[in-house]
Order: sequence, then structure tokens, then C-alpha cells
Amino acid sequence: MTPLMTRLLPYPLLTAALLLMWLLLNGFSLGHVVLGAIVALFASHAMTALQPSKPRLRRWDKIPRLVWLVMLDILRSNIAVAGIILRGGRRQGKPGFVAIPLALRDQTALAVLACIITSTPGTAWIEHRSDNGQLLIHVLDIVDEQLWVDQIKLYEALLQEIFE
Amino acid sequence: MSGAAGLPVWVALIVAGFLLLGAGLTFLGALGMLRLKTFYERVHAPTLGTTWGAGAILIASIIHFSVLGSRLALHEILITAFVLVTTPVTLMLLARAALYRDRAEDNQHVPPRLKGDNPARDAH
Amino acid sequence: MSGVILAFAIGLSQILLIAAMVCCILRMVRGPRAQDRVLAYDAFYVAGMLLVLTFGMRSGTAIYFEAALVIALLGFVSTAALAKFLMRGEVIE
Repeated sequence: MTPLMTRLLPYPLLTAALLLMWLLLNGFSLGHVVLGAIVALFASHAMTALQPSKPRLRRWDKIPRLVWLVMLDILRSNIAVAGIILRGGRRQGKPGFVAIPLALRDQTALAVLACIITSTPGTAWIEHRSDNGQLLIHVLDIVDEQLWVDQIKLYEALLQEIFE
Repeated sequence: MSGAAGLPVWVALIVAGFLLLGAGLTFLGALGMLRLKTFYERVHAPTLGTTWGAGAILIASIIHFSVLGSRLALHEILITAFVLVTTPVTLMLLARAALYRDRAEDNQHVPPRLKGDNPARDAH
Repeated sequence: MSGVILAFAIGLSQILLIAAMVCCILRMVRGPRAQDRVLAYDAFYVAGMLLVLTFGMRSGTAIYFEAALVIALLGFVSTAALAKFLMRGEVIE
């Protein structure tokens, strides 16, 4: 993008998302497109004042695969956790904390990973050290710790491909 | 029930299926929160309701209103996205707050602070 | 026919959602600690928001959608503030 474009549109994705949200809330008409565009432009300029680290997306084409993987995993662990709840908390494994060393450093990628881990029932992101990448998660049903480490590593590898 | 009788039967069946799936998952999540023993186990339960629970009900709502034709119902995508993004954030904040409180009281059931390369950060 | 199916499904899911809210209230009353109550509150407002959406489907109007969006927004902000309060003892530092 040219420098002028960058100055006018510091966060093109954010601006587009805000405009889309405006249109979804107010209905599609020419007036709303103009008004929404103005609001989105001003809002994305306000965002520059916060100076978030700008995420760089390296591989767009891997994102659908990530979304599909996450949806399947969430569905599977929904069933597993529902089973545990229905059996009154009885299960093969036991709940506990698992420590995982992460090589992922990109802040946006870490945020996405945190959201994925926490919104999967059965795993919850508890603590992370940003200096050496130590991560602590809580798992509801540990039968084999290595299985959970492998699963998180799978996501990590995919996120590294997309962001780094 | 304004106009709901105008839906084809198979659409009504799909909508009903998604509705019951979503409501059932949300109920199971709440039940799990009631029945599981410790706080860290209970953190897992509400995500049942907020991932596929909310998702299924919103899909049902989208199909219902789109077929009824009173509007092109894409509004619900906003709520879906919002719930999907915000729930992990609140749960993470809560888990961290619980861990902080447990450590402040020297509770033996929680793991110690993670050791980092930077000792200055461990001080506080 | 489809009206009967929908009325039945919506009624049943409303009962399930209200039962979920009752579970959350029980956990909120029982505690035992503050974080359990906040967690229960978080699940409570999500179930309430879904209940409002099912009311919207029953009446066939879009007005309920706006209410659900407001509940979702306010619920998130208040849970985040409460979690922050649990951690630091004050909301704004």
C-alpha cells in the first residue's frame, strides 16, 4: 500500500469489520454505507492512539483449516464434557494442571491460541510467562498428559505458519 | 405465533433440532457448574453453553427468520461472534483471578508460580 | 404442523434455559468463593440472553435481538470488571 493509503486507513481490516457491523445492525442502504464508512474511519483512527502491535498475516490460506480444526475439536470436547457432567463427575482420568513450553512469541497468535484453548470445554488457559514461553493450562480429564501437549503443539505449529 | 405456521415442515424440524441442541448444551453446562467439585473444574462447564450452545440457538434463529422472510437474518452472526470472542476472555480473567487469590492464601491445590528467565518479574 | 413443532421446541428449550438459569442461581448462592459466584453470573447472563432470543423466535419480531445484544455487551463488561476487582481489589487502577 502507498503511504497515503496507510495514513488514511491505518487498520483496513478493522475499518471493514466496523463498516460490516454497522450495516448488519442498521440494514443495507446507500446512506448507511456512507455513514458507517465515516464512523469506521474515525474509529480506526482512534485505534492508532492505542498503538496495538500490528499483526502480520503470512498465510491467509491456512485460516479456514484452523477454523475447521477448532470447530471439530470444540464439538468433540463438548460431547466429552457433556458425558462427564451427565455421569456426575466420574471419568477415567483426573483433573489437573499441565505445563507446556511454547515456542510461539507473536502476541496476536498467542491471543488467538488463548481463545481457542479456553473456548474448548475441557481445557482452560491459566497462566503464561511471556519471557520464556511457559504455559500452564487446566485440563478436566487427564488420561495421558502427552495427548494434550500434542494437541496444543498442533495448534501452535499451525498458528506459527499463519503469523510468523 | 405470527407466521410460524408458514414454515415448511422440514425447516421447522431443523430449527427445532438446533434449538433443543443449544438449549440442552446450555443446560448441561449450567448443571456441570453446579455438580463439579472444584473451581478449576467448574471453569470448563460454561463453555459448553457459549460455544455450541449459543451457536446452535443462533443458527436456529438465523434459519427461522431467514425462511420466514421478515428480514435477511444475519444480525445473529454479530451475537455469535461477540459471545465467541468475549467468553474466553472473561474465563481467562476469572481463572487468573482465582489462581492469584489461591496463591495469596497459600492454597496447596494450585501449582506454584511459573519460573521465568527474568527473576525481577517473580518478585511481586 | 410446523407451528406445533416449533411451539413445542421453543417451549421445551425455554424450560431448559430457565433450568440452566436456576442452576446458575443455586451456584451463585452456594459459592463457596467469590470467583464461583462471578463464574455463575457469567453463565447466568448467557443463558438469559439465549432465553430472550427464544422469546424473539416465539413472537417473530426482531426487537428482542437488540435486547439480547445489549445483555451480551453489558454482561461481558461487568464480568470483566468483577474479575479485575477480584484480582486487584479495585476496578480502575
